Amino acid sequence: MFRFEISDRPLEPAALEARLHRPDVGGIVSFVGRVRNHHQGRAVRELTYECHRVLAQVEAQRILFDAAGRFPVLAAGCVHRIGTLPVGEAAIWVGAAAAHRAEAFQACSFLIEELKAWLPVWKKETYVDGTSAWINCAACAPVGTG
Amino acid sequence: MDLSADKQTVDGADGALIEVCVEYVAVLKEQRGADEETLCTAAATPAELYAELTARHGFTLRPERMRVAVNACFVPWHVSLRPNDRVVFVPPVSGG
Repeated sequence: MFRFEISDRPLEPAALEARLHRPDVGGIVSFVGRVRNHHQGRAVRELTYECHRVLAQVEAQRILFDAAGRFPVLAAGCVHRIGTLPVGEAAIWVGAAAAHRAEAFQACSFLIEELKAWLPVWKKETYVDGTSAWINCAACAPVGTG
Repeated sequence: MDLSADKQTVDGADGALIEVCVEYVAVLKEQRGADEETLCTAAATPAELYAELTARHGFTLRPERMRVAVNACFVPWHVSLRPNDRVVFVPPVSGG
């Protein structure tokens, strides 16, 4: 099972982890990223996630297969939320299962780092003061400058 | 999906105009005010197309900070555009 999904409903980490169960699995490592109430000194009220479904699936499958080639993982998966999420809500779940814990830890760490770097998902922060900003895009210089 | 986006023509210096579909996401969607448009362009590459669209819509993202996908595949900015290509300009991602 190497599967990626986009979800517009609350994630259920326990149910997602159960998908990774196999008789030959001895260790499962999962990561849940949740909405934090602060970012770079600003009080965050909620996050809005948007994705490109087709490109996200293309990139996620590439990353999952890459992990399967690098580590002896027996199963792995990722689900990313879209929509507007309040503080505390789960935004992403990543899980990796292997025969032994070391490979499961390595694969899970690899997956979350790669997904954060490449997955076509964008987050917009809305702050307690009512303003908002797209992350990684707010400070973009105009084309033709710099 | 915004089906109200008008088809627009971009005047090119030379070469045939081709019709392409552009999808906008995240900050580009906000700046364009639409999530998709079909247009005729003389742009030969995604790089030229983005420059034309930036001149028209005032996009603030520099292409060096983005990737581009054509027909659901990530491609270099200098590939040739073909009629009916579906182009997605991909802002810096921020998932997780």
